[in-house]
Amino acid sequence: MERKIRVLVAKPGLDGHDRGAKIIARALRDAGMEVIYTGLRQTPEMIAAAALQEDVDAVGVSILSGAHNTLCPRIISLLREKGMDDCLVVVGGIVPQEDIARLKEQGVAEIFLPGTSTEDIVKFLHENVRPRT
Amino acid sequence: MPEIKDVTSPAQADVERWTQETLDPVLKKRSERASKFQSVSLDEVNRLYTPTDISDINFEHDVAFPGEFPYTRGIHPTGYRGKLWTMRQFAGFGTPEETNARFKYLTRQGQTGLSVAYDLPTLMGYDADSPLSEGEVGKCGVAVSSLADMEVLFDGIPLEQVTVSQTINAPASVLLAMYLVVAEKQGADWRKISGTLQNDILKEYIAQKEWIYPIRPAMKLVIDTFEFCTRHVPRYNPISASGYHIREAGATAMQELAFTLRDAIEYVEWGVRAGLDVDEFVPRISFFFNAHNDFFEEIAKYRAARRIWARTMRERFNAKDPRSLQMRFHTQTAGVSLTVQQPLNNIVRVAIQALAGVLGGTNSLHTDAYDEALALPTDRAALIALRTQQIIAEETGVAHTIDPLGGSYFVEALTKKMEDGALDYFAKIDAMGGMVEAVEKGFPQREIQESAYQYQKAVERGEQTIVGVNKYQMDEETSQISILVIDEGVRDRQVERLQQTRDRRDQGAVTNALEKLKRAAIAGDNTMPATIEAVRQYATLGEVCSALRDVYGVYEEPAF
Repeated sequence: MERKIRVLVAKPGLDGHDRGAKIIARALRDAGMEVIYTGLRQTPEMIAAAALQEDVDAVGVSILSGAHNTLCPRIISLLREKGMDDCLVVVGGIVPQEDIARLKEQGVAEIFLPGTSTEDIVKFLHENVRPRT
Repeated sequence: MPEIKDVTSPAQADVERWTQETLDPVLKKRSERASKFQSVSLDEVNRLYTPTDISDINFEHDVAFPGEFPYTRGIHPTGYRGKLWTMRQFAGFGTPEETNARFKYLTRQGQTGLSVAYDLPTLMGYDADSPLSEGEVGKCGVAVSSLADMEVLFDGIPLEQVTVSQTINAPASVLLAMYLVVAEKQGADWRKISGTLQNDILKEYIAQKEWIYPIRPAMKLVIDTFEFCTRHVPRYNPISASGYHIREAGATAMQELAFTLRDAIEYVEWGVRAGLDVDEFVPRISFFFNAHNDFFEEIAKYRAARRIWARTMRERFNAKDPRSLQMRFHTQTAGVSLTVQQPLNNIVRVAIQALAGVLGGTNSLHTDAYDEALALPTDRAALIALRTQQIIAEETGVAHTIDPLGGSYFVEALTKKMEDGALDYFAKIDAMGGMVEAVEKGFPQREIQESAYQYQKAVERGEQTIVGVNKYQMDEETSQISILVIDEGVRDRQVERLQQTRDRRDQGAVTNALEKLKRAAIAGDNTMPATIEAVRQYATLGEVCSALRDVYGVYEEPAF
């Protein structure tokens, strides 16, 4: 049987707007993935540690506060330090157009802006998570 | 109760006749656009409303006259003919200097009240130099870490004359204390100052989630502000029971109505238990609702809110003062309805939502800026938002007559439906032991999450249209507008002022004041006097909240 995709849905920073994170967590679960939701106000260190401990294939980071330029690169470098180079990092939330290219250069696989359908996110994960042996 | 007999009302038999003779032949030829029509709350809307839909509504008892019980048609006998709603644009970004300048700009453009948006560190009770504040200082609002920042924020703004609303909750008592000390330094009389503190902690656990302490001590802090303001700042509203965030988190209109009013009932119960007289503090409870896309549903919600509040205060709390029965509320258009795609369309959405707020009789209004799905608003976007209100107020004529939709079969039926639905929720929550208990069980949280998910699915199935998002899409239209960028230098500037404040203050006085605050908190005394003393000595927001964290602990959200 094919291994289920494991995803950590993470909410870093001080912001409490978790409507999006919770909808995504449920939609990914409904699509047959195994989902771990970190809860609110996780530091990049806590997120990377949870990703390692849960052995996830992807981390979905929800940020609406404008703190993405500070938080995302740190999450990615911590994941790499832990040897999780194959772990896909995707971001959902409010990210200005100017920041998108920079975040992608830093290693974010995709940025999902408001209005994205959950089906598109499910599809993206299916197509981009590296199959493991 | 007198029965209303309208001789022109078609009875049920007439509706059936119309259906058979006129409607059915047309439906046979061509079916309607959809098999079911739903509001944005996924509530089914009928084809037609007639007097048969309001046969259980009594004019005198349920609708009545403006300025009279149950206030369905408004709390003022002259509606907007006497005084327009307050145009109160929520603003705050970057440093206190920048926000002070925005306040003055909006006032010059005809805005009639101020409303402060604080940044996330401030909302969470952290100073700008806390490691947890990194990347967040000045981003979602203005950064305020101590009285020194507050002094700059209100520099040149006379607090005795201007009403200021502050969106702050978990650390609300601290920001209120800073505000009062700034007013005092300006020479203002506390008995004359007026304004509103959001201070609605229950909706933080339910929806907005900017909490610090566990629920019960947090409720105690709210009651401390009630007691203090009742005695010393009698024209100030120490709370704004807020449905706005509940709605933004995904609640339906009815859930927003029910949970907000039940939260307010909880505060009244706690106030009474603390020994306050209902008619002494309830008149200063204000409300805050969302204005979402579904026009009539929103209008019905506001009308129902006033009626439920009047009846509840009279029947449940035996309030006597008419002011205790009169719900006053602020409205903000729905941030969640704004789209990143084709952002100028948001101007239209905001105008229609604001119109619903006005037709529902709001006492004060914030109109969102078209760029708010992308960032905090630019000057230009904030100006158009304000102009939208001015156009509604002064060009459309809707403010000429009171409650113009009163008597509409649809609006009256929907108002009643809203009321009945909210009362059902009250019964459920009462059965759980009250709103604190319901929140501890995760009840409103789960109800809202479920509604949010169902709405998302309805959008993805195309049952709910969002223009530019799931219909009429275009490519590459977002980059055409310029947005406000908060530079990382804001944090450096704020940290610098904080350092100077710490260097200049009397450290011994700060330590003593914080100790005194802890003792008050441990003893269960009112914490306001000690909080005011601490901030007067330039104890920082982070230090005050940390002292209270030592006593109360911190809230951990269970998995719901």
